[in-house]
Amino acid sequence: MMTTGSFWFQFASPARFYPLAGRMIPWFGGAAVLLSLVGLYIGFFVAPTDWQQGESYRIIFIHVPAAWMAMFVYLVMAFWAALSLVLNTRLSAMMAQALAPTGAMFAFVSLWTGAFWGRPTWGTYWVWDARLTSTLILLFLYLGFIALRASIDDPRRADRACALLALVGAVNVPIIYFSVQWWNTLHQGASVSLTAAPKMAETMLAGMLVMGLAAWAYTIAAALHRVRSIILEREAHARWTRELVR
Amino acid sequence: MQTDDPTMSVSSALVWACRRDLYLAARSRAELAVVLLFFLLVASLFPLAVSPDPTLLRAIAPGIAWVAALLATLLGLPRLFAADWADGTLEQILLAPAPLPALIAGKVLAHWLVTGLPLLLLAPLAGLQFGLAADAIGILVASLALGTPILSWLGATTAALTLGARGGASLLALLVLPLAVPVLIFGAGAVESFAAGIGAEAHLSLLGAGLILVWVFGPFAAALAVRIAHE
Repeated sequence: MMTTGSFWFQFASPARFYPLAGRMIPWFGGAAVLLSLVGLYIGFFVAPTDWQQGESYRIIFIHVPAAWMAMFVYLVMAFWAALSLVLNTRLSAMMAQALAPTGAMFAFVSLWTGAFWGRPTWGTYWVWDARLTSTLILLFLYLGFIALRASIDDPRRADRACALLALVGAVNVPIIYFSVQWWNTLHQGASVSLTAAPKMAETMLAGMLVMGLAAWAYTIAAALHRVRSIILEREAHARWTRELVR
Repeated sequence: MQTDDPTMSVSSALVWACRRDLYLAARSRAELAVVLLFFLLVASLFPLAVSPDPTLLRAIAPGIAWVAALLATLLGLPRLFAADWADGTLEQILLAPAPLPALIAGKVLAHWLVTGLPLLLLAPLAGLQFGLAADAIGILVASLALGTPILSWLGATTAALTLGARGGASLLALLVLPLAVPVLIFGAGAVESFAAGIGAEAHLSLLGAGLILVWVFGPFAAALAVRIAHE
């Protein structure tokens, strides 16, 4: 137990994690490219046309994985934030910082693609529907996190302030989700559920899941790449970084 | 402060901090009046901007009252810690031999007493402006009574986080407003569902649950935020 613990903890040191992240990026980046090529092929050439929505439904192959990731990345971010508050590890806070822009990007993509899908299907770009509104608020939570980070100069203080903000946000996310849901709901029910039989064609589901995995791999690759830049920036005074960039 | 016992109990720390902030607020009554005027002013802008039609105004009155209350609370938030932080009082509070969450709770309570409570008393006036019925005004005041302390706690935590950060009030707004969305929904929803004949109990119960939650967790979160600000 002790040995596995110390094995994992050694990567909490930015100097040890930096090369490891560098080795992992090509794998996850490659997986993201391959999976999105396969997913898009399934989505555009294999999956049948929807009898109700026509071809416009194909945007879900981007929209649904983006919406999944937007919510999931916030939880992962809050997890790293909690870890950084409890264990006081610098790298955890850097991970949370590195994930925020990717999460914000996915929230934005899911809103944007949703608007393009809503125009032909619902006849409007935007409705004040529960899920749209809660995704919009999620985007604001991400932007608040990024803005707070950017406006505190001392990096350690910014780490801890952002970690607390992410935790307060994570407690609030389910409350926001349900409050908005009771407030108004027009959005169709969840397309994929673990408890009910899927209502869509097998190939559509396959395409969506492959795209979901692609989004996952992309998130990991992008976060690792960003965390490497953050490490270099914040450890610029250390000898190993100076030797590295020389 | 007490002399024989070096550490203060939770209740005496809370009372001490609350009384101190109330004294300070009493010395600067103009600032307090500005917040209240702001509330009435925002509420008065809507008929000018939307339409003077009484039925429309009655329909949107709860939402307007709540948005105005939210903005007025936001306006008062920087005062909560900023002055104490600037002159070093907050650092002394941090070092005081008293439980920090209790001291912070006292400050937040005082802040609510000087901004939230007057809003409750002014809300009927705004309700009359918009032609709300007397019982609907009662529900509006009840929802504000349960909801504004939640806003104070959310605001206190984020205000402490933004101490010394660039961006000031607009950054605070960006952080607080998304978190305050459920309070706004349940608060305005209480009056609307009452007007629709469904009854406001569900919304008010949820606000009450939120109020209990913030009083349990708020002091610790805000105390942690104040500590972070002094690292």
